[in-house]
Amino acid sequence: MIEANLKVYRYDPQTAQEPHYDTYEVKELPDFATVLDALIKVREDIDGTLAMRCSCRSAVCGSCAFRVNGHAKLGCKTKVSTLAPDGEEICVEPMGNMKVIKDLVTEMDIFWDKLKQVKPWIETVGEPPEREYQVPAAKMVELQQPMNCIMCGACVSDCTVLEEDSKFLAPAALAKAYRVVGDPRHGKTKEWLTDLSEEGGIWDCTRCLECVEVCPKDVAPMDQIIKLREQAIEEGLTDNIGAKHVLHFTESVAHTGVLDERMLPIKAAGWGWAVKNAGIAIKATLKGKIKPLLPGSHPSVTEVQDVRRIHEELEEGKRK
Amino acid sequence: MIEYDVLVIGGGLAGMSAALHAGEVGASVAMVSKVYPTRSHSAAAQGGINAALGIEDSWEVHAYETVKGSDFLGDQDAIEILCRDGIQDVFALEHWGVIFDRNEEGNIHMRGFGGTDKSRTCHVGDMTGQTILHVMYERLLRMNVKSYDEWFVTTLLMEEGACCGAVAMDITSGKLEVFKAKAVIICTGGCGRVYEPSTNGLIVTGDGLSLAYRVGALLMDMEMVQYHPTTLPANGFLITEGARGEGAYLLNSEGERFMQEERYGATTLEEKASRDVVSRAETIEIQEGRGIDGCVLLDCRHIKDRILEAFHQISELAIDYAGVDITQDPLPIRPGMHYMMGGIKTDIDGRCYRHNGDGSEPLPGLYSAGEAACVSAHGANRLGGNSLLDCVTFGRKAGVHAAEYASSINSPNISEAVIEVEEQKIVDLFARSTNERAPALRLEMGEIMHTFTGVFREEAGLLEAERRIHAVRERYPEVSVHDKGRVFNTDLLAVLELDFMFDCAETIIASALARKESRGAHTRTDYPERDDENWLKHVAVYHTPDGPAVTYLPVTITKWQPEARQY
Ligand SMILES: Cc1cc2nc3c(=O)[nH]c(=O)nc-3n(C[C@H](O)[C@H](O)[C@H](O)COP(=O)(O)OP(=O)(O)OC[C@H]3O[C@@H](n4cnc5c(N)ncnc54)[C@H](O)[C@@H]3O)c2cc1C
Ligand code: SF4
Ligand code: SF4
Ligand code: FES
Repeated sequence: MIEANLKVYRYDPQTAQEPHYDTYEVKELPDFATVLDALIKVREDIDGTLAMRCSCRSAVCGSCAFRVNGHAKLGCKTKVSTLAPDGEEICVEPMGNMKVIKDLVTEMDIFWDKLKQVKPWIETVGEPPEREYQVPAAKMVELQQPMNCIMCGACVSDCTVLEEDSKFLAPAALAKAYRVVGDPRHGKTKEWLTDLSEEGGIWDCTRCLECVEVCPKDVAPMDQIIKLREQAIEEGLTDNIGAKHVLHFTESVAHTGVLDERMLPIKAAGWGWAVKNAGIAIKATLKGKIKPLLPGSHPSVTEVQDVRRIHEELEEGKRK
Repeated sequence: MIEYDVLVIGGGLAGMSAALHAGEVGASVAMVSKVYPTRSHSAAAQGGINAALGIEDSWEVHAYETVKGSDFLGDQDAIEILCRDGIQDVFALEHWGVIFDRNEEGNIHMRGFGGTDKSRTCHVGDMTGQTILHVMYERLLRMNVKSYDEWFVTTLLMEEGACCGAVAMDITSGKLEVFKAKAVIICTGGCGRVYEPSTNGLIVTGDGLSLAYRVGALLMDMEMVQYHPTTLPANGFLITEGARGEGAYLLNSEGERFMQEERYGATTLEEKASRDVVSRAETIEIQEGRGIDGCVLLDCRHIKDRILEAFHQISELAIDYAGVDITQDPLPIRPGMHYMMGGIKTDIDGRCYRHNGDGSEPLPGLYSAGEAACVSAHGANRLGGNSLLDCVTFGRKAGVHAAEYASSINSPNISEAVIEVEEQKIVDLFARSTNERAPALRLEMGEIMHTFTGVFREEAGLLEAERRIHAVRERYPEVSVHDKGRVFNTDLLAVLELDFMFDCAETIIASALARKESRGAHTRTDYPERDDENWLKHVAVYHTPDGPAVTYLPVTITKWQPEARQY
């Protein structure tokens, strides 16, 4: 048996009381208890006024994403014993980037609206076959990664761009978009990618990696976004606001060495983005429409050195 | 007042299928769900969905095995539809975008499941339910079907003997609204939480069963409660049957593969026999002292590569909740409550029925599909992989029929005043200052049900269960809520759900008491044999002020006569 010491965000719009925290000592939890188990025990035995969502307890329904010690996590996938082996206080708050309805319950409209915006369904062309479509086994397995999304909202809660720009489609919807665009049965790839290349779409992610870190289902939304970018460029979709932003951005960095204010949601973490996208744009400018190198990893020192080198090359090119 | 031709209650697989098809044939339709539809418990189905797509397989073989699985209690007209028409439904899912696993030729790959030696379970890794549910949801978005998410239905409305809508609470605001509809389809899923433990999610509280029961609908086969052979002792979580489908062994404390023993009647399929057969065998092993802390062992060591490749969830669950690395050690498991074969009696078009004199008649305007319903495609025992199919196929049929029915009748007359009755109930509840808590009562109920109406039952135990459930229910008026606000009051919902669950518990016990034989999941130690002469019939119950009353309905037999059941 273990104990959990919870500090829980409380807010009730029906009272005049400001948002505050309540603390609970939850005793006699089984060794494998999760943060959700502890919260359920609070609600059942200690304080029935605590509002939260939960159902499956096994990380499939996507109901129980909260901010736990500052980061979005699934309550039912976060063990008390790993988080607080010596009974440390565990702070549970509602997800970010969403309005709080009550306590740990947030308004998810933003999540579903964005999902609808990406048209998350496939459109096949022509009469469907009598039986199933024949498609490569490996492709279906690849799509399991974005399909694994349980729509919990954790990534949306912690997305750094969404914090600055409410128009951003945000990680979950974009991951879903790859699930559609990457499907060999989908017949309208270019149409979908064109929409996704608009402002707020695939080019607005700063690749801060936050969504990859918080996603409890290994969806790695950022990686799906990168695949969408690759495919968009492959389809020649460089003549749109997103890609132009990148071009403009590159120019701005190349000319002045300073970030254009309008490009900031980039902020600190954004340098990686700057580096990568400068790379893309430079190559695209130099060689026309070419498939760019889009590594999925975190920016590293060598990449920063890379951009310096590319800057110099660009300068070189201009002088000639 | 909100008005639609067809109101679908429930946003799981059955509800989505019903809403989609009702919409497709032109009805105005809305779906109401107490959680966001993708949170429905259908998402938890790991294993897969059955369809006889293989060349060495046929829908007739699937149908025969389903009939045999049902211990001949299933209605064979429904089973034929499930296994024959269901094939097209699975192809439709594929066309809509379900990313079924493929074989080398790029066709749908099928895995082995219980109750058959064929591979006929189509799957998406171990997230089949989730994928189908999400793809269907996306299809609904494409069609622009109206969905009332996080709305809780508190009661059904009747006018001149027909169902004509429901009252529902917008959980976010706590406000009640009247939904007027020409037809209502109940797709609220099972009632797993009536048992403790259960593989089901916390929201699976049998609301729809009770809603229908209270307006006079017959509940059928309620004694048929499926215990799944492989659940984790710690929390009741399910380890998919796919593991045994891939060849995992069951061992007792002596290290013996007990399923090979003659007395369990499964010398051919062994571990892959039907769920009722395996759960019974496990329970006997444990009772006779060859268990380990109330469990037997699931041994995946010889197929560990396959398991790691196809079922990453299993290995994760085993490590997280049992501390067992299944590639190194066998995993302790035991039978656990999983599924309701019984439910709201429907015909093959999803229509509900009520008792009249000595028979039954349709209850106009009321439909049901999915786990909440009992078209009796599963009879006394469901085959794994047949439930998702049931949801999709009979959801479709209910949706289409309800839409057609709705187009043939006039808009019903109901007044807003019905809200006041429901509102008053809540006001009264808030006024209570008594000390009983809903979660405590639910736990007591769950343990009673597990003890007396589990894998083995007998008269004395069932009567004891009846007495004890009655005693717990008597305390219901003493239940109070801590949260007296209206906004997202989950405390209040727990109290309303508890009331629904009592109806489920009572009807399960009454039906189990009535059936004096052993068939499928219903094993009476005091009547150990199947008795076709007297009991090849459905037990159905209906609501009376004195509790559930029992009546009997015939079993439909088309092609397959009852025979001894050997695996
Ligand atoms: C762990 C697990 C694994 C399984 N694996 C398989 C498998 O591999 N293959 C297979 O075929 N079957 C499987 N099953 C069984 C199958 O998943 C279910 O029987 C099936 O998904 C039920 O679907 P449904 O649409 O009837 O109900 P659900 O999916 O449970 O949906 C019920 C809906 O009703 C709504 N609702 C309920 N009450 C109310 C109310 N009062 N007001 C408003 N809305 C309400 C809920 O919000 C929800 O949307 C599994 C079951 C479990 C528990
Ligand atoms: S990587 Fe992109 S999508 Fe993911 S959190 Fe950062 S900005 Fe948002
Ligand atoms: S991508 Fe991951 S974090 Fe985001 S909603 Fe889906 S499952 Fe949750
Ligand atoms: S309760 Fe379902 S994801 Fe946590």
